[in-house]
Amino acid sequence: MKIVVNGKEIDVGEARTVSEVLSRLGLDVMPCAVEVNLMLVPKSRHAVQSLHDGDRMEVVTLVGGG
Amino acid sequence: MIGGFSLDSRLIIGTGKYATPELMRASLDAAGSRVVTVAVRRERLFNENGQSLLGLLDTSRYTILPNTAGCFAAEDAVRVARLGRDLLTQVGNPGAEWVKLEVLGDKKTLLPDPAGTLDACRTLVREGFRVLCYSSDDPIAALRLKETGATSVMPAGSPIGSGQGILNRNNILLCLELLKQGDPTYPVIVDAGVGAASDVSLAMELGADGVLLNTAVAHAKDPVRMAHAMRHATLAGRMSYLAGRIPRKLYASASSPWDGAISHIPGE
Repeated sequence: MKIVVNGKEIDVGEARTVSEVLSRLGLDVMPCAVEVNLMLVPKSRHAVQSLHDGDRMEVVTLVGGG
Repeated sequence: MIGGFSLDSRLIIGTGKYATPELMRASLDAAGSRVVTVAVRRERLFNENGQSLLGLLDTSRYTILPNTAGCFAAEDAVRVARLGRDLLTQVGNPGAEWVKLEVLGDKKTLLPDPAGTLDACRTLVREGFRVLCYSSDDPIAALRLKETGATSVMPAGSPIGSGQGILNRNNILLCLELLKQGDPTYPVIVDAGVGAASDVSLAMELGADGVLLNTAVAHAKDPVRMAHAMRHATLAGRMSYLAGRIPRKLYASASSPWDGAISHIPGE
């Protein structure tokens, strides 16, 4: 299955949930926040939120800012 | 006191633009701030050496205020605010309910879009956020944001990162007057444009409850020393405001008595 993560099309293989995609991308070690198709997916739903071909996912963290 | 929190520093400092993480941490420490601002950005994919800011900040010491910097539409600012809340909820930081709302109108000036800011503020207040709202120094725009439910309105002294200080002190005074009318404890924070410690003192002397700054420290030749200066300037300005300045007069008023002067005084 291919989805777009942070603007890049990625083949996520067998991953079907937000948690599985994060794990596959190595993004499951630090806190991150996720939205799918412009809607927030709270951390509590990462394990159950399923993804579909062509979904657009954003994975964000905190960086320095003013 | 902002949004139910009592803070022991009136200086809010940003975490952006420091040359190194160590310099950032030392500067935050020197500034004595309890609230620090951060931005929400994409994780770098397949990132080898990324260092999350959350690993660098003592989250038990600081209330982390996520901003919506870089948003030019109300909808985007709302999305970013929700993501920031989710992130800070995960680490149990009280800043989870806070957002520094910025909806910008133009990339070159980074001036706020008043209509977009108002729209986003309305939505975020409805969703339970405590919205600290970046605004222009237009007193009526500021008042409308307060009426929409902003926890604090933060008028800009001058454009973000410009170092021009407070360009229109009368507008800041009018913002303070209108926002605090019948509500003297309503927090008003001067945000953006600070170039040096004197700008901070002036903001505080005018009666602002706090100052938010980033570039003036991060890009100073010696950021840690400038952070110290900003802390002292905040205190000095606040004390000066509370002490009450003398009125400005056209003519001089001698500090030493005329009586007993042995000199010839012209005109006498």
